Amino acid sequence: MTSAPIEKQNIGNGKSNKRKYMLESLSSKLFLFCALLSVLSLLLIVGFVFYRGSHPFIAGGYSFFDFIFGVDWVPSEDKFGIFPMIVASIYATIGALIIGVPIGLFTAIFLSEIAPKRVRKIISPAVQLLAGIPSVLYGVFGLAIIVPFLQNYLGLVKGQSLLAVILVLAIMMLPTIVTVAETAIRAVPKTYREGSLALGASEIGTIFKVVVPAAKSGIMAAIVLGLGRAIGETMAVILVAGNSLITPTSLTDSVRPLTTNIALEMGYAAGVHQEMLFATGIVLFSFILILNFVLAKISARGAN
Amino acid sequence: MRGMLWLSSLVTVAILLIIVGYIFYKGFRLINFEFIFGDYSPTGGGGIWPMIVTTVYTIVISLAIATPIGILAAVYLQEYAKQGRLVRTIRFATESLTGIPSIIYGLFGAVFFVTTLKLGMSIIAASLTLTIIVLPVVIRTTEEALKTVPAAYREGSLALGTTKLQTLIKVILPSSMPGILSGIILSMGRIVGESAAIFLTAGTVAAMPTSIFSSARTLTVHSFLVTQEAGDIELAAAVGIVLIVIILLLNFSATFISKKLSKADY
Repeated sequence: MTSAPIEKQNIGNGKSNKRKYMLESLSSKLFLFCALLSVLSLLLIVGFVFYRGSHPFIAGGYSFFDFIFGVDWVPSEDKFGIFPMIVASIYATIGALIIGVPIGLFTAIFLSEIAPKRVRKIISPAVQLLAGIPSVLYGVFGLAIIVPFLQNYLGLVKGQSLLAVILVLAIMMLPTIVTVAETAIRAVPKTYREGSLALGASEIGTIFKVVVPAAKSGIMAAIVLGLGRAIGETMAVILVAGNSLITPTSLTDSVRPLTTNIALEMGYAAGVHQEMLFATGIVLFSFILILNFVLAKISARGAN
Repeated sequence: MRGMLWLSSLVTVAILLIIVGYIFYKGFRLINFEFIFGDYSPTGGGGIWPMIVTTVYTIVISLAIATPIGILAAVYLQEYAKQGRLVRTIRFATESLTGIPSIIYGLFGAVFFVTTLKLGMSIIAASLTLTIIVLPVVIRTTEEALKTVPAAYREGSLALGTTKLQTLIKVILPSSMPGILSGIILSMGRIVGESAAIFLTAGTVAAMPTSIFSSARTLTVHSFLVTQEAGDIELAAAVGIVLIVIILLLNFSATFISKKLSKADY
């Protein structure tokens, strides 16, 4: 008498459980699918850029060597050499690093180790906010202030130059370097400092011999992020670079880095010309990959 | 040495103050109601309302796509996945996407969304490109937020006989909401500040977009173009003020939300 309803109930439970299980496995598959979308995006981007960019060399009979080491970029005459742009990109990035890294790191050290609390409470959030300012505005500032300044004080014909690019990029990477490095330095355990001070080391000695080395990998990450921002920056650079197609030999030369070449010509390029812009993108891509790889090695060695 | 540290910080702060100060000084005279809400006129004197609308479109569309995908992806990585090659691959992909310069995204978007998918230079093509740009940001911030949910919450819920999905929807997601929200707001900042990728995918038409398939310019692209084409620093700076105010508001609300809500929750 009583067994029938119980059985019924069990069957009912079994059904709802089945639905639950199905929902469970469906949802976990949906989550996996979403996570795989980022892999898919990366593959699509890399695939598209490399496929389009390698096409002229594989199918069109263009020489990759001439592309990298050629000094003439005249799309209308079928000449595609990006050597001047590679040199411009490398110079601009190294120059920005030379200026931006020491200032940025010293500021980060100051903020995390030396600054009175009141000073830090004002500067830290301000620098963080500045990291979010659109890069175009740095370019506008560069064109309005830095370019005329160089023109007047260095007596240049045209203030738009490699030096202007370097200065704008150095300024742009500052907030990134400061915020990331500051976080890294602050994460160093207090006991390190106490131990060093207890051994009689000075405060400055402790900072540079103990704290900074302990935060090495974080500092490296800060530099890589700043580097990435500098080498990939486009719109701000267009405004201050001058965009001439010459291999720069001095800081006052007008330059055209890799990124600006893509942005300036993509609007009207077609056919092989457009594919060569993708090839320019491949070179830029390779730079970023190599940089990340090298610096990852350095910081891994530092950690060991 | 101590002097050098002080000096460097002084230089950093001075430079950044000068930039923001200059933008405000140069542009504030143009800022008024008509400038913000007026229609653009190519002959000068018009407003920037079309660019504000375009910017809002790109934010809404790209986040409408990136937010659900990013949150679910983060849920998979944090709550479902077993550590292994698959998870390492997904993480590697997300990190690599973060490091790709915006101009490369633009190059990709200009061929994939604009040409291959035949969307043309349009708000939708730019928004889809931006979706990929902010996806890693949403995933990372959501993962961080999920990490802060105490294990006891999960155990407590599961011990009551709930399924994993029920625990996720009723317990884990609500308590990590502040972190997720501030991540979304940070992504908005990223979208507002983006220029190169939008320049190559949305085009430069300076008019009110009639639909998401119209070509249009965002605030950043407008600021860039008036500088490059007309050398109009004053106008560029005025647009810059609007941009800086938007970024300030976004940053402020992100901090506010994560502080307020997390306090209320625990």
